[in-house]
Amino acid sequence: MDISIDLLINALVAGLLLGGFYAAVTVGVSISFGILDIVNIAHPAFIILGSYLAYKLNYWPGLDPILTSILLLPLFYVIGWLVYQIYHAAFERYGQESLRGLAFFFGLLFITEVMLILTFGVDYRYVAASYIGPSLHLGIVDLPLRMLVPCLVSLALFVALQLFLSTTFTGRAIMAVAQDQLALRLVACSPIRIKRIAFAISIATTSIAGALLIIIQPVEPSIGREYIGRIFAICVLGGLGSLPGMLIGAMLLGIVESLTSTFYGPSWAPAVAFGFLLVTLAVRPAGLLGR
Amino acid sequence: MIVRSSVFLSICAAVAAGIFGAASLIGNDYVFFAGYVVLQFVVLAQAWNILGGYTGYVNFGSAAFFALGAYASVFLHKYYPLPLPLLIAIGGVVSGLAGLGMGYLTLRLRGAFFAIATLAFAVVLQTLVVNWNYVGGARGAYVIRPDSVWPVGSYVHYLFLLMLALAIIAVAMSRAIERSRLGYGFATIRDDELAAEASGVPTLRLKLIATTLSGALMGMAGAPFPYYIGYVQPAAAFGLDYAVNAIAMPMIGGTGTWYGPLIGAVLVASLQQWATVSISSELSLLVVGLLLVGFVIVAPGGIVGLARRYLWSAS
Amino acid sequence: MSEPLLQVTGLGKRFGGFVALDGIDLAVNRGERVGLIGPNGSGKSTLVNCICGTLANETGSIRFSGDDISTLKTHQRTRRGIARSFQLPRPFASLTVAENLRVPLLYTVDARGGPRMSTIDIDARCADLLELVGLADKAGWRPRDLTQVDMRKLELARAMAAEPQLLIADESMAGLSQVEVADIVALLIALNGHGVTIILIEHIMRAVMQFSQRLVVLVSGAKIADGAPEVVIRDPQVERAYLGQ
Repeated sequence: MDISIDLLINALVAGLLLGGFYAAVTVGVSISFGILDIVNIAHPAFIILGSYLAYKLNYWPGLDPILTSILLLPLFYVIGWLVYQIYHAAFERYGQESLRGLAFFFGLLFITEVMLILTFGVDYRYVAASYIGPSLHLGIVDLPLRMLVPCLVSLALFVALQLFLSTTFTGRAIMAVAQDQLALRLVACSPIRIKRIAFAISIATTSIAGALLIIIQPVEPSIGREYIGRIFAICVLGGLGSLPGMLIGAMLLGIVESLTSTFYGPSWAPAVAFGFLLVTLAVRPAGLLGR
Repeated sequence: MIVRSSVFLSICAAVAAGIFGAASLIGNDYVFFAGYVVLQFVVLAQAWNILGGYTGYVNFGSAAFFALGAYASVFLHKYYPLPLPLLIAIGGVVSGLAGLGMGYLTLRLRGAFFAIATLAFAVVLQTLVVNWNYVGGARGAYVIRPDSVWPVGSYVHYLFLLMLALAIIAVAMSRAIERSRLGYGFATIRDDELAAEASGVPTLRLKLIATTLSGALMGMAGAPFPYYIGYVQPAAAFGLDYAVNAIAMPMIGGTGTWYGPLIGAVLVASLQQWATVSISSELSLLVVGLLLVGFVIVAPGGIVGLARRYLWSAS
Repeated sequence: MSEPLLQVTGLGKRFGGFVALDGIDLAVNRGERVGLIGPNGSGKSTLVNCICGTLANETGSIRFSGDDISTLKTHQRTRRGIARSFQLPRPFASLTVAENLRVPLLYTVDARGGPRMSTIDIDARCADLLELVGLADKAGWRPRDLTQVDMRKLELARAMAAEPQLLIADESMAGLSQVEVADIVALLIALNGHGVTIILIEHIMRAVMQFSQRLVVLVSGAKIADGAPEVVIRDPQVERAYLGQ
């Protein structure tokens, strides 16, 4: 195959931008799964919800989606807070998280998707913004703004979270809750409260991720499912609980997907993430006792 | 109540004959169309339960095994139309092998990773099918349904009978497993896999048996699907509603027993058929999702669990 | 001099940077009663996990009955004749007490070859075991309804049900009363009398001294003493390890 350097470089750059965006999508799960050990496979559902809300407020009164997502942060925080309350009261307390917790989130995913279909129908929705359309041209490299802006916002989100987790008291308590709940109690901190805050934050990130998603591509209710694989593939690739690792994993996935899409066609893209995930899990599984 | 297997099968056969007879008496073919779907879900629910309920490994990719059976039929139909019972057997083998393969790739994983891996497996399969033009790819494939089959008459009646037979097989198999040495092994894996290994249970081997059986049954349920529906499309065959239903029905009915999924499937599938006709199909799906979440939170033992609690407190 | 039943040589296990076991050598002869003691976190349970195959050791070898078993999975080692009870009881919650014991009978004893055991035979052995540990009247109970003490007895009984050549009892007596401790010790000694080699891991010193023909001490992943009980407990290193805690 005659690979033009132009095409290759642009595919790589597009992959990096895509990867940056994927970081925003995954950072919430890095917290809920990596740190709290909660398998929230409904995470993409909240992202899609964020996309649709951004769409709604973009349609009327014409708000910029990123602005919308920031305005809606408190709403998503509260949703996350409530979901954790239910999850904790129903499952975590009894130590039966595995099957029932999974089924719970799966049900949430499904319900959200169906309700979106009922409310908005199955047509693709998109937003209008000044940066959707134009591109920056740096030599042979094309930087479409509709990918560059989300990537930059995503990185900003990532840095903000990383700072929060490493410098503030609450942030460090969240990192600690994964490792030693007893010690946390001894410094007069309720682990449940900390976990709730952490989960609420993870859902709050979906507000922003959702807005970024609908900037990058038109959205319809079933898109969430593709993202489950991407999210967990990135988490596993990057190492659970490590935010910088997740960023690298996201970039890696973005690049591979972009290359596949460019040279083999976009219909193969979903298989990339899931294939990655399967192979990684099969080759380096998180076995029973670290065996 | 200890009922011998032979007696149980006779009862099943009698009940089946009764169902078929009653359906024929109603005289409306719609009963057969709807009944087919309900029976199909009985098979799917039982199949899911073998892996999810008995061994505790949640499979989110049920749609894949169902669709594989369907697409095996589509593939063979283009090649040379075979009689349905043979197609069902082939669908079972294909999906059984897929189950074995998936199990081999994923069963050393912790519960949550396993569930996600099954989803990954399903999407990979779906992507493969979407890109496979011989079976229609994303556009889908048409399968012409013959008009009648000797000696049953109407083709729909024939499909119904086949699915009825499959449902009996699924229920009987679940029951047989539950009471057997294998069933004990499955239960220990669900309860405490580490302790099971320490007690001599070959956990990996049993789990592979579970995924293979589960996959095979789902494939068998999927094999007649193209003939039922006439037009097969990946988005529909691999649809999320199959995955959700396959989980929701056993969980609502009650996992861990052979009759739980049967109850769940009959109730939920019938409810869905009714809702699709009287309200809308999306709303019926919404109801299933809500029921699933509701039961998981409030009544984890399903209807069977509720009944047991009620009977136990009443005595 | 026949080969030891269990021969552990140079066993090493790390968790990331933490060295849990540092080149452990241990030989247990057929029919011996070995006591294994050590402060919390010294690696006793890790050692058991490695011997049984639950964890994979990085260095060293494990030979059982003359064969190298390091590549065998846990259930295969159980079938070869190594059984263990868990420090924190891990019963099969959805099965009854009696059914808990049937599992090792079905999957270990019956799987060792020879004619298939009949249901009557299995039930009989089950009943015998329950009688032996004093759980006969609770045969139909669910584990969640048992007291802590009874759960530990069930745990031990389940290990015994596998009819092992080597039984490793990991802290099965925690929380038991003096009388109950004495009962379990007597039970284990009787079992030993029937030919079962036993490694007893315990913190209850009286039980350990009563039971052991040989005492092994583990501290911070290394073996610091191995010999006759009366001699070992007077070893200054051992005293320091315990008194210094």
